[in-house]
Amino acid sequence: MSQSPTVTPLAAGTPAPDFTLPSTPDQKVSLSDFRGQPVILAFYPADWSPVCGDELALFQQLLPEFHRYGAELIGISVDGIWSHLAFAKDRGFHFPLLADFHPKGAVAKAYGIYLDDQGECARALFVIDGEGMIAWSYVSPIGINPGADGILSALDALQGKADS
Amino acid sequence: MASHLTIPVGPDDHRQGPETAAVILVEYGDYECPYCGQAFPLVKDLIRQMGDRMAFIFRNFPITTSHPHAELAAEAAEAAAAQGMFWDMHDLLYEHQQSLGPDQILTLAAQLDLDMERFEEDLTQRRFRDRVQADFMGGVRSGVNGTPSFFIDGVRFDGNWTGDGLTRAITRLLG
Repeated sequence: MSQSPTVTPLAAGTPAPDFTLPSTPDQKVSLSDFRGQPVILAFYPADWSPVCGDELALFQQLLPEFHRYGAELIGISVDGIWSHLAFAKDRGFHFPLLADFHPKGAVAKAYGIYLDDQGECARALFVIDGEGMIAWSYVSPIGINPGADGILSALDALQGKADS
Repeated sequence: MASHLTIPVGPDDHRQGPETAAVILVEYGDYECPYCGQAFPLVKDLIRQMGDRMAFIFRNFPITTSHPHAELAAEAAEAAAAQGMFWDMHDLLYEHQQSLGPDQILTLAAQLDLDMERFEEDLTQRRFRDRVQADFMGGVRSGVNGTPSFFIDGVRFDGNWTGDGLTRAITRLLG
């Protein structure tokens, strides 16, 4: 069976470290840009690898569902911006892919999910609430696509809190 | 963390094998997905091999981001189901999964004993879009993480389904 990688993701209740990373050659995205709405951070090891593609394809299809919660989806890997652009275009992704490229993996390290020996981040998901606090985090076993049930449950819980 | 089926198997499901079977295998599949195509003959063998000891349920999980014809194919299978021919259409779609454009789907359907006028009308009106979407979202909530995803007695099977992987997992359960 697959093992969970030996990383310790920042846990629920921890403030999400802010970051600013390029999404295109001339645009940058900061986590703090999304204050006031939930953000889904999907860290994945690499553009083009088959499992990542499936995971992100599923998330792309669920964008309208995420938007119903007012949530934004952001993909992050250590790939450079040109790889991200080609990958997003090839797969038809309409959400930002951020390049944690220089200094390599700095954001992944801040979130506790950088795999030093592989030079990639783990396949990790974070749901961050409108105040910038981590509401839920999860690391998938290597080679297993995490699915979206955990994300939707976390968004449900946030919505429940907001409604009460 | 094993994911569990959140939508219980019920009368609306497409089932082969008895309701009271000892093991229930649920597949979430996409007609245009090559891995599902690879699983198709394996599952067929398994159904034959297990006989009345296993029930097989198929639910739709078209990943349209990757497979542009998967949604129409799923709706076509449901339209055939409305005329009592779900499994015939299901098999035809998997046997021809390389060419599932709208015209090809009609050509396939014409091989079956369907009221074609009704079938075409159902597809044009997107009569089964909600059904397919309900399958899809139920799958997402159950942790379906790509296709094919299998659930054995309600627990997501994260092992290797290729070769005799599924058969061994099910045989082990049957003891």
